[in-house]
Amino acid sequence: MTADLILGIETSCDETAAALVARGTDVMSSVVSSQIELHRRYGGVVPEVASRAHVELLMPVVAQAIVEAGVEDRAIEAVAATHGPGLVGALLVGVSAAKAMSLVWDVPFVAMNHLEAHLYAAFLEEPELEMPLVILLVSGGHTMLVVMEDHLRYRVLGGTVDDAAGEAFDKVARHMDLGYPGGPVIDELAMQGDASAIAFPRAMANDGWDFSFSGVKTAVINHVRRHPDADVRDVAASFQEAVVDVLVDKARRAARDVGAKGLCLAGGVAANSRLREKTLDVCVADGYRAFLPSRSMCTDNAAMVAAAAWWRLQADGPSPLDIGANPSLRLPVIG
Amino acid sequence: MLVCATHHVDHTRAVAAAIAGLVEDGDLIVLVGDLGAGKTHFTQGFARARAVTDRVTSPTFTLANRYVGDIVINHLDAYRVEQLGEAEDLALPELLEDGVTLIEWGDNLTPILPMDRLEVRIMLGHGDDDRRLEFTGVGPGWALRWADLEAAVADWRVA
Repeated sequence: MTADLILGIETSCDETAAALVARGTDVMSSVVSSQIELHRRYGGVVPEVASRAHVELLMPVVAQAIVEAGVEDRAIEAVAATHGPGLVGALLVGVSAAKAMSLVWDVPFVAMNHLEAHLYAAFLEEPELEMPLVILLVSGGHTMLVVMEDHLRYRVLGGTVDDAAGEAFDKVARHMDLGYPGGPVIDELAMQGDASAIAFPRAMANDGWDFSFSGVKTAVINHVRRHPDADVRDVAASFQEAVVDVLVDKARRAARDVGAKGLCLAGGVAANSRLREKTLDVCVADGYRAFLPSRSMCTDNAAMVAAAAWWRLQADGPSPLDIGANPSLRLPVIG
Repeated sequence: MLVCATHHVDHTRAVAAAIAGLVEDGDLIVLVGDLGAGKTHFTQGFARARAVTDRVTSPTFTLANRYVGDIVINHLDAYRVEQLGEAEDLALPELLEDGVTLIEWGDNLTPILPMDRLEVRIMLGHGDDDRRLEFTGVGPGWALRWADLEAAVADWRVA
């Protein structure tokens, strides 16, 4: 089954997002609640973690996505929503709303996997990306090294055994009172620091495809405890370098191993400037494509949900309306 | 209160494994400690001892992970819960009905926690890998099991 114009909905975590995407690639609108400061209209700050905020924000965000796309409701041919992984209460808001809209408009409903949606972010900007691709998916909640053999066909090489990469950035930043979210703050401080000032551990660097970031987090905390006068810029730069080193080294080895046509970043941590720079460097050195999606497509958004749904709907047809939210949903893999 | 000292993350996992042998459905274990103290490592040792084969990772993003071994283990994280009103997102009462629940940063939720629980405070020691684990039983459920708990962790006990 195909549907040219798909409404995507994303409520798996902190962002409430809706987007209209045509044929899996043409983004007609992409609205993320944190961009439009809708909370002002509601007279309060949007809570970090609250399904209630999604309930309040979702319909205005959907309405804005439809208006910005300049289409009529009846032009929408399918509605897709993230149904996992994520926070169960948050997921249910998007899933319930999407089902209701699909019933009212009499169009297919597509339950989407958030991780698969992240993998499709790259195709929004580069529809003709050649496969196999190695995709490094790094965010506050996920760290995965994925091989995309073809559309909808993935192999997961490895993942984190403890903290996600973005989580380590947030927690280190919070411990050093640098603010939230930690990624952008550390990125900026690191630009003024010496990345070789402190030799933080590169855990599991030569050991399989999995990652561990709990140790480097603890090492930073121990270092700051012992050297309270340490220059935060050097600590930030050295910490970031340790994390980026392991991420890029493993991704590079994976790309070589599978004979990838390109290496692609996805997820919120893909906005990190050092990670982007180093990824580009190794791709140039090794002679395959580097694909670094724009920052707005790396972080949570609904355009990637609609894009992935375009492929899913063709392959699997509509999802049953009794499908629920699954907070621990995994990426569907081949083999 | 009972105090244990460990000098390696594997010791912290082993202490947790010893505790895991004493729990029953409905138990709540509150894990307290700064970033990097080893709350997730504790949970890893605990879960492995109860035959969980899935990888136990930090629940900070997902707020709640569920593992099934020879008992159901709910692994919660209140790190991002800054207001008690938001704690309803954790659905704590429902989770406590099924399996044993470990909650990281549980001290953020003290006012709404059930009266019967085991509190585990993990503190950094002198050396980078040294940890001090303080166990406090709250309510009658752990008072009845306290002698068993003392025996289970005797190898690491310092006070």
